Amino acid sequence: MSLTNEHIKNRLAEKFGDVLTDFEESFGMMSFHAPKDLNLKVMQFLYDEEDLRFRFLSDLTAVHYPDRKGEELAVVYHLHNFVDNVRLRFKVFTDINDPKIFTATQIFATANWMERETYDFFGVDFVGHPNLVRILNVDEMDYFPMRKEFPLEDQSRVDKDDEMFGRGGSI
Amino acid sequence: MSEHQHITLPDGSIEKQTSTLNLGPTHPATHGVFQNVMEMDGERIVSTVPTVGYIHRAFEKIAERRPYYQITPLTDRLNYCSAPINNMGWHMTVEKLLGIQTPKRVDYLRVIIMELARITDHLICNSVIGVDSGAFTGFLYVMQYRELVYEIYEEICGSRLTTNIGRVGGFERNFTPVAFQKIEKFLAEYPDVLKEFENLFTRNRIFMERTQGVGAISAERAMNYGFTGPNLRAAGVDYDVRVANPYSSYEDFEFTIPVGTTGDTYDRFLVRNAEMWQSLSIIRQAMEKVKALPEDVYHADVPAYYLPDKDDVYTKMEALIYHFKIVMGETDILPGELYHPVEGANGELGFYLISDGGRSPYRLHFRRPCFIYYQAYPELVQGAMLSDAIICMSSLNLIAGELDA
Repeated sequence: MSLTNEHIKNRLAEKFGDVLTDFEESFGMMSFHAPKDLNLKVMQFLYDEEDLRFRFLSDLTAVHYPDRKGEELAVVYHLHNFVDNVRLRFKVFTDINDPKIFTATQIFATANWMERETYDFFGVDFVGHPNLVRILNVDEMDYFPMRKEFPLEDQSRVDKDDEMFGRGGSI
Repeated sequence: MSEHQHITLPDGSIEKQTSTLNLGPTHPATHGVFQNVMEMDGERIVSTVPTVGYIHRAFEKIAERRPYYQITPLTDRLNYCSAPINNMGWHMTVEKLLGIQTPKRVDYLRVIIMELARITDHLICNSVIGVDSGAFTGFLYVMQYRELVYEIYEEICGSRLTTNIGRVGGFERNFTPVAFQKIEKFLAEYPDVLKEFENLFTRNRIFMERTQGVGAISAERAMNYGFTGPNLRAAGVDYDVRVANPYSSYEDFEFTIPVGTTGDTYDRFLVRNAEMWQSLSIIRQAMEKVKALPEDVYHADVPAYYLPDKDDVYTKMEALIYHFKIVMGETDILPGELYHPVEGANGELGFYLISDGGRSPYRLHFRRPCFIYYQAYPELVQGAMLSDAIICMSSLNLIAGELDA
């Protein structure tokens, strides 16, 4: 494996300076945070450069962190370089009240449905997406179910006080 | 008579040259809940819009409320044609998070089960391509041998389709001698069947003409569309997670990755057939390796995460405590974030798991291969005949349960 995480990190730092933060390596995969208006620039840079060649989008999803005020939603990209067999992950954070993120569909055709799924469950508004409509849930749904404010069981139930077995209490 | 008694057609409907065909959601030819609204010019497809989500069951949300061991039955119901691969993928994700090192024998037993599952999955897919081209015989013939594999599962874990096989750390019980006999029986009988199956199709002129050039995709487009598994390899990209990121000791085995060239339905069929031969070879190697290892090892020694023997629960204090803590989901889980891919039968099945140290995952996302590559379907069938669209769909190995999660 010729391409090291250290090298990728240096190349990114060269290009973007210190706006990319939180570099860490867990379970062998490097991850970092990027500012939300740079998500496409970072992806395009990783795609184009001849020594990086991250040309496969493995996964795109979102995570809701209600405690991070002002940047509650994180969109997570997993990229893969097939030639050197290196994976990396990066996150962009956005405000839940204005969850606008540029779409990656111009770089990866596969981002189309992945972004629709992310929109469907988290309400991330992918700016420039060709067809941003719900995909797995019904069209009439007016909320985004994977957000943490929707607990799985009805918390107002009073007939089943069962703290011992993990039910009841907060999510 | 007033003019209101005449039928009024919507604007533009007379001028429209194409007709709309609603294929699905429960059309018998689509093998699952797939709806396509097709715009047809005669029998040619001008465009198609797939609708998905008919059997969405919110697994990712449910997983956020469940302790880790209760998520295994959810993974069964993703790709239910090869449920053991999903189960083991999930166990390995959790083991990676917890830093559990499984013994070699567990790895090899897992490899045996996963490769059997790959064979059954490819078997279904390839024989269904046959059915959709009018050859029902092959399908009925090989079903018997899928049955043999299901009997092996049954012997090991007690169930057949949604297996819930294995546990975090290993298997729930050791393989019985009968299980090994059944695997041997399958290994002895299946090659002849597969040979005969190939004789029926591979050089069959009708089959070749029905499948060659149908639903073709170039390697670049396939990568851009996120294809993985046999569908990507049929387009000529030799990417296989078992080789790229070996898990469960796949690095100990000798096998080749079959690749195609054109990425069409015929190549996908050939790649799957070739993979079944490779899987058989892997199982044989694993059986040899297992024989050389101590017989009584079938789980890692991690009492905090692996359910103790029932006899011990009744007689030993520690076992009782661990049993209680595991069943109640009160075991300590380390915080962490990881993405663990395995080579599912139809592509890269990824588990993106975030743990905050709580009893259930903070977030769990399944990278479901067929959800990702199904979006290429309109491009694959554009300009094709309706019957080609059907055969193309079955060659993609779409599993509705996995697609809709």
